[in-house]
Amino acid sequence: MSIDRELALTMFTRMVTIRQFEETAIDLFKRGMVKGAVHPYIGQEASAVGVCLSLRERDLIAGTHRSHGHNLARGADPKRVLAEILGKETGYCKGRGGSMHVAAFEVGSLGALAIVGAGMPIAVGAALGFRMLGCDSVAVPFFGDGAANTGNFHESLNLAAIWDLPIVFVLENNRYAVSTSVDYATKVDDLSVRAVAYGIPGLRVDGNNVLEVYEAASEAVERARRGKGPTLLVTETYRIEGHYAGEPQVYREGSEVEQWRSRAKDPIVRFRAYCVSKLGIDEDELESIDAAVDLEMEEAVRFALESPEPDPATAMDYVYA
Amino acid sequence: MVKQDSTSLGAASPVVPPDLIRQVPACCPAREMSYQEAIREALREEMLRDERVFLLGEDIGKHGGAFGVTRTLWEQFGPERVRDTPISENTIIGTATGAALVGMRPVAELMFIDFSGLALDQIANQAAKLRFMTGGQAKVPWVVRMPQGGGAGKSTAAQHSQSLEVWYAHIPGLKVVFPSTPYDAKGLLKAAIRDDNPVIFLEHKFLYSFQGLVPQEEYVLPLEKCDIKRQGNDVTVIASGYMVWHAMQAARTVAEQGIDVEVIDPRTLAPLDEETIGASVRKTGRAVLVAEACRSYGPTGEWAIVVVEQAFDYLEAPIVRVTGRHSPIPYADSLERGVWPDVDDVVDAIKHVMS
Repeated sequence: MSIDRELALTMFTRMVTIRQFEETAIDLFKRGMVKGAVHPYIGQEASAVGVCLSLRERDLIAGTHRSHGHNLARGADPKRVLAEILGKETGYCKGRGGSMHVAAFEVGSLGALAIVGAGMPIAVGAALGFRMLGCDSVAVPFFGDGAANTGNFHESLNLAAIWDLPIVFVLENNRYAVSTSVDYATKVDDLSVRAVAYGIPGLRVDGNNVLEVYEAASEAVERARRGKGPTLLVTETYRIEGHYAGEPQVYREGSEVEQWRSRAKDPIVRFRAYCVSKLGIDEDELESIDAAVDLEMEEAVRFALESPEPDPATAMDYVYA
Repeated sequence: MVKQDSTSLGAASPVVPPDLIRQVPACCPAREMSYQEAIREALREEMLRDERVFLLGEDIGKHGGAFGVTRTLWEQFGPERVRDTPISENTIIGTATGAALVGMRPVAELMFIDFSGLALDQIANQAAKLRFMTGGQAKVPWVVRMPQGGGAGKSTAAQHSQSLEVWYAHIPGLKVVFPSTPYDAKGLLKAAIRDDNPVIFLEHKFLYSFQGLVPQEEYVLPLEKCDIKRQGNDVTVIASGYMVWHAMQAARTVAEQGIDVEVIDPRTLAPLDEETIGASVRKTGRAVLVAEACRSYGPTGEWAIVVVEQAFDYLEAPIVRVTGRHSPIPYADSLERGVWPDVDDVVDAIKHVMS
């Protein structure tokens, strides 16, 4: 498919932002500045960006414990995401959520839910609500190959299917659920075939090819918006980092990781080459984006570090509405 | 799975004097209706008042729900707003949560509280915590109705008879409401639907057929407020759900012997109105706590420590509790009677703290 230059530059910028953001978060974690865990999204950037750029402003996404990338792909402010990870009052969730629960309602991210699979039923409800309220928005839950084995997956796809809800289930197959390989945990190679069991379309794309993701997501989202019901979209990708930053990865060979880290597989390297060769975008322009994102990350770190911690006297705020 | 309808349930005739609890003044125009009808009327009124209110759950549509509570609502409001679901408890609750997040006011029904274990993640980890985890960005205004308790005149055994209110009362972010009369059921359910928090609304199965007066005029009762079902000076009996009726009967029995009992019905179990409990025990100096739930870590334990914190210096006798035994609920009638408290147990407890 062909895309215009402006969209390509947005895709590129968002992917670079996610990559640099995660590298920044890992760095802060290693320096002991992040109290909780960080679950990096490195290597999967094309999946979040391809899907989120197919959405409209009033559509909603639901994320997981590994959702810095989803929020940033949706357009969340890196400063406030990083402040949340550092537990600061200026974070999107005022330091109540942290890395695993970044929610940015203002950009249509209704939350990162860190019980595996939990976002699917909630997204089903959002989709139902959209329809009952008479708006044409679409709900998009992101989840991984691990979540595809939970009851949430079965119940949610079934319910969304029988009600023809405006929802696109995005299964990011990053090949590992903590240490458990998808090859061990499931008998099927192509997880999109599970859609057949619910009577809905299943699509499978190269999740490291942002254009392919964008094209499939656009088709599924428009289908949902037209009232034609849900789609299961499987993006095949790879989790380059451990389950969490600093994880000893005894369960996989370094050579396997290196293969996915290579320029041939890296989603950003691949899209960069596409921008230059197919869209005629100047390499200098892409380098200037790299540099601008660099600066943005420096600014985000400064902002997050300088931001105040929440006042302990407010610890009971937001328990009840 | 046992599915009861209201007809078979209604066959179990209440053995309590109908005038035991009076909540509507004689001057107030009122109608007599059952606890089940009162719940249905609250649903109907709120659905008429607010288009965002809708129902979802298993068999609640044409079938009218396992206990017949939603009967006639499907005919009135249609399948969009009285929405049958597959057997998917966790996703029923998650769906309610998602719909609430985007502006709806869902009321979900789980057929029995015993099935809510399947939905525990969506209730306790998601709905209860979303507002907090998002720093106030989210609001989850839903109600989940769950029948609980036993003694419905039909033995439903270990997986359809439990009293599990403390599962939910322990979770910050949830409100837990447990009405004991038709009047309370209607007024509290309307309040729960209008509340901006996730509310667990417990309905006692045996009470569905209980009759009581409900005002003609619209009314809404406050959540988080104990109700003093009977005023008295000698001993405070705290009881909820069906046990309120045991407490009231026991109070009437011991009144003949000159013991003046105050009966407190928390109505909202969480957050608990500790002040009303404290004020009552400071007045009476004695407390008997009655709950159908299992004894260990049950509701009476919480009430007991509230009494201690609020009124220790006023206590003239040790606190006594009357509870369900720490046992699964058996099937046989005779064994059922062996695990649930009865009126005599409450009478004995009152006499004990007075002796």
